Amino acid sequence: MNTPANLKYTKSDEWFDPQSGAMGLTDYAQSQLSDIVFIELLVEAGDTIEAGKPIASVESVKASAEIYAPASGKVAAVNKALSDKPETLNTDPFGEGWMIKVEGGKTGETMDAAAYVAYCESRVH
Amino acid sequence: MTYIPISPTERDAMLKTIGVKSLDDLFKDVPAKHRFPELDLPPALTEMEAAQELQELSDSNESTRDLVSFLGAGAYNHYIPAVIDHMLRRGEFYTAYTPYQPEISQGTLQAIFEYQSLMTALTGMELSNASHYDGATAAAEAVNLAWAQFRGKRTKIVVPPSVHPQYRAVIRTYTQGMGVELDGEQLPITNYSITDDLPPLVDNNTALVIVQYPDFFGRIYDYTKLIEAAHGKGALVCVVANPTALAMLKTPGDMGADIVVGDGQPLGIPMWYGGPTLGFFTTKKAYVHKMAGRLVGETVDNRGQRCYVLTLTAREQHIKRERATSNICSNQGLLALGAAIYMSVLGKSGMKQVADLCYQKAHYAAEQLSQVPGYSLCFNDPFFHEFALCCPKPAAEINEHLLEHGILGGYDLGQDYPSLPDHLLVAVTEMNSKEEIDLLVETLAEVSHD
Repeated sequence: MNTPANLKYTKSDEWFDPQSGAMGLTDYAQSQLSDIVFIELLVEAGDTIEAGKPIASVESVKASAEIYAPASGKVAAVNKALSDKPETLNTDPFGEGWMIKVEGGKTGETMDAAAYVAYCESRVH
Repeated sequence: MTYIPISPTERDAMLKTIGVKSLDDLFKDVPAKHRFPELDLPPALTEMEAAQELQELSDSNESTRDLVSFLGAGAYNHYIPAVIDHMLRRGEFYTAYTPYQPEISQGTLQAIFEYQSLMTALTGMELSNASHYDGATAAAEAVNLAWAQFRGKRTKIVVPPSVHPQYRAVIRTYTQGMGVELDGEQLPITNYSITDDLPPLVDNNTALVIVQYPDFFGRIYDYTKLIEAAHGKGALVCVVANPTALAMLKTPGDMGADIVVGDGQPLGIPMWYGGPTLGFFTTKKAYVHKMAGRLVGETVDNRGQRCYVLTLTAREQHIKRERATSNICSNQGLLALGAAIYMSVLGKSGMKQVADLCYQKAHYAAEQLSQVPGYSLCFNDPFFHEFALCCPKPAAEINEHLLEHGILGGYDLGQDYPSLPDHLLVAVTEMNSKEEIDLLVETLAEVSHD
């Protein structure tokens, strides 16, 4: 399981990069969902989003999940390329798999990488 | 498939697990006097007696086998090739349910896949689901798709009165409490132009426009311009279509429709006093994740052999729960198979031939009827196999007279349209011979004389 140290994490398995304002789905979450076949981004550039509110909906071959914003802010960019290549969420969740970028992002309830690793391990059993 | 109920040993193990001594203990909260209430039933009959009684009851019905029928309005009297019933009664197919397990259901899955392929060819659309209950529920699911597509941000659905009244009623039922605003019912029925009068109602809050093809009164319009106008406002368009007519007319897909739904009853399914029938639902690939219902796809198994599976199931309600487009995903498996057999037995040319016979006979009937004093065609627009006839008396009275002569008349439009009390919706199919049409003309002429 990959958990970059520079990111913030949520209990609902999203990550947020305070530096770039990018956010997405964690490596742990993509491995739990298995092959992701569809993503629908629920927000557009210019929208104001609130931490904890849905920003995307993904479907894998066996499950469906809502993605909740790990931070509040104004949407600066959405990763439209994901619609055609949703598998990017599996292969590169912290890189090309970013979903949206916000300006002036203010994190909601998040934890650091170490706490997230512990949180994921606590859910294994 | 064999059904084996639980054995006494299994039952006792279950009772023990939940800490109950006997099955009766589970019912102890039901007061004793209500457990086995006295039922006021007649004495029991033998099987032979019961069969006789049911036969007598059944004989009091009059069906299209006993009567000459010109009744349509959504259910049509078409010839049903014997092979359909023969195939449907095969044990391998005789279940109404869509199979989850591809390992044991390749035949049924392939049949549904073929049905879907045939429906897309007929409607000119990119994909079809495995079917809905009937045309009306399919139309309501189109509203659900549009609602989901715009995530409830667009709240208006435009539906003119020329869409089947019962379809509109079902849409009203489905959309109760959703916050959907239905618009368009105020549009006039006569002297109205779908391309001029409908577009002004479509605004930036409109999620979906629903039109019927041919419309409820049998009229044929090319909706291309309307669809362009609706798309200009960002709205989706659903065309409710008659599958028989699609064999000869420009497809709604060619007009640019986003969703094409309808009732599959004309495709080899009996009228059965109103159902069950089959609702077909076709759309564009772009909307597949917002579509309700099951979907069968073709793939290859681990040996590289062609096989069929339920696909994109993650969008369905058993996985997506309250976020799913619809809480319905069962289909009319058996009747979808019937429709697929009908289409494949008739083939492209056979389907066209049926459509052509319907069209020609309906136009012969319309021409003859419009020459009877007191009667006229209500509309001048092109029509398919159904037309509104303006009568000299209330349609209900006329139908009564026709029934006395063994003719099931048309649909009394006054039932749904109070402004059309003397209007009869007459349907003509390949089943109506020239003699039958001439008999209708003669019998109606009698009514105008007295």
